Amino acid sequence: MKNVEFAIAAHGVRKQYAGAVEGAGLNGFDLAVRTGSVCGLLGPNGAGKTTAIKILSTLLELDAGQASVAGFDVTTQARQVREKIGLVGQYAAVDEILTGRQNLVMFGQLNHLSHRQAQQRADELLEQFALVDAAKIPAGKYSGGMRRRLDLAVSLIVSPPVLFVDEPTTGLDPAGRREVWAAIRSRVASGVTVLLTTQYLEEADQLADQIAMLKAGQVIAEGTPDELKATVGGDWLDITLSPGVDPGVVAPIVQPVASGDIRIDPELNRVSVPVKERTRALVTVATALAAAGLEPEDISLRRPTLDEVFLHLTDSQQPGTESSL
Amino acid sequence: MRNSVHPMVSVPERSRPWSGLGWALADAWTIIRRDLQHWRLQPTPVIIGWVFPVMVVLMFGLLFGGAIRTPEGGDYFEFLMPGMFAMTMLFGLETTMIAVTTDVARGVTDRFRSLPMSSAAVVLGRCVADMLNSMVGLAIMIVTGLLLGWRWHDGLVNALAAFGLFLLLRFALLWMGIFFGLVAKGPESVASVQILVWPFSFLSNVFVDPATMPAWLRVIAQWNPLSATASASRELFLNPGWQGSGWVSENAVLLAVVWLAFIIAIFLPLSVRKYRRLSR
Repeated sequence: MKNVEFAIAAHGVRKQYAGAVEGAGLNGFDLAVRTGSVCGLLGPNGAGKTTAIKILSTLLELDAGQASVAGFDVTTQARQVREKIGLVGQYAAVDEILTGRQNLVMFGQLNHLSHRQAQQRADELLEQFALVDAAKIPAGKYSGGMRRRLDLAVSLIVSPPVLFVDEPTTGLDPAGRREVWAAIRSRVASGVTVLLTTQYLEEADQLADQIAMLKAGQVIAEGTPDELKATVGGDWLDITLSPGVDPGVVAPIVQPVASGDIRIDPELNRVSVPVKERTRALVTVATALAAAGLEPEDISLRRPTLDEVFLHLTDSQQPGTESSL
Repeated sequence: MRNSVHPMVSVPERSRPWSGLGWALADAWTIIRRDLQHWRLQPTPVIIGWVFPVMVVLMFGLLFGGAIRTPEGGDYFEFLMPGMFAMTMLFGLETTMIAVTTDVARGVTDRFRSLPMSSAAVVLGRCVADMLNSMVGLAIMIVTGLLLGWRWHDGLVNALAAFGLFLLLRFALLWMGIFFGLVAKGPESVASVQILVWPFSFLSNVFVDPATMPAWLRVIAQWNPLSATASASRELFLNPGWQGSGWVSENAVLLAVVWLAFIIAIFLPLSVRKYRRLSR
């Protein structure tokens, strides 16, 4: 493999679908993923995540801009790019009539292993992905998690330096999700560069070193999970009130320590306050609440969630609001 | 946190050279084997595909045959079989479409396209597998015809030429099947093709002599590519129904070959283009 600093690089990539109603295309997409790192591409449905993966994996031609994978241009050197990538699709792209093992052997041979090598590799992967018991069952009869694991195993028959993983856990139950995460982590450990798309902020938080947030075909923010969380303005102080206590009473009490807008969650009867100085804010608020004769059910300090980051960033995209990035 | 869950085994690298006809053929063989594995794992649709034309022959021959006026009289099976051979090839269109559209819908096609394998191999594999399937189907139909009293009357060479013509028809339909399979929105939309096959076949000389139709329908039925193949094979077998007058009947073999060459010339490049630019 060519020694490149960025295994995945995209600059000003544009793609519009003819006749598309919603904006699932890309609209000046920029991304740089350092070799050996895991980048989470995060965004809601229709933000262009799958389009980005399809362009980078040479399945789709870009309209404008430039993109390279492992140092090869996706447009002019598509064949070289294909030699360097593995692709795990949104849908489990395996043959449903063939058994798990037959799938692995077939794709092994299409990866130009000899028949013997392909069989050996199939057995290794079946073991690695805990599919030995299901080896002789048609893939169409697998559970969602098993099928996704088989899909991942197929993508890893040969060791691709760059792995694209498109919404690996969509539609899986929590157990299936953990299985797939473990499988992806085991690959990351061996130095593969991974671009992962997901709608789940928790997933990106769990797996990615670097997160790029995508909205309407553009990356609106980029950084480590911690850096992105810091953009919301530090930590949050959550005050959960007993049922029946009006959160409106608490708001003026916590106002002096707030470093941003206070949020009230009526369902949980919780007041969330962005704060800068952690312990001092906690002590100040606890004292003030006691002085007012209020006894909340819980007071806790926490780091912001990526959900809050995403909402904050998309809010700050509104005209007239100052963007913090 | 990111430590390895499983012990790492040595992962083979793609190291061998990635070009040349040899690899395209090796990849095609892998795809053909995949289809043969499908036959073994799910034999029912394949067997139904082979038996169904036999049922149609028996249904038309025994149920309706007595009421159908055969050109120049004679046995209805002698007239029907060449048309039914052609129609058996037409049924193959659906087999190809289902295979292609299922692979697209399941993401298997995208997987193939993301591999550094030759795209010709995928198509070549599909082609050989479907042609094999149709050859078995045709053989079953020939045996059925012989059992029902159908014969060829102009020597083995001409008979073989006629069988070759049926396979050429299947080859042309293969490219239509690949193209429509790539365009189809999913296996469900193949149902419309399954239905349209029937009026398309009835509007030909497969079942009845177009001379019995109103003039405007007769023209359509005569020019139907299925009719061209059926007429040409009747001429090669010397079965009744080829002696009609007019340019279409007098040049049946030529018309059949030209029709099929025309279909291939249109749908082969369209399929290749669609495969390369598949955007779903």
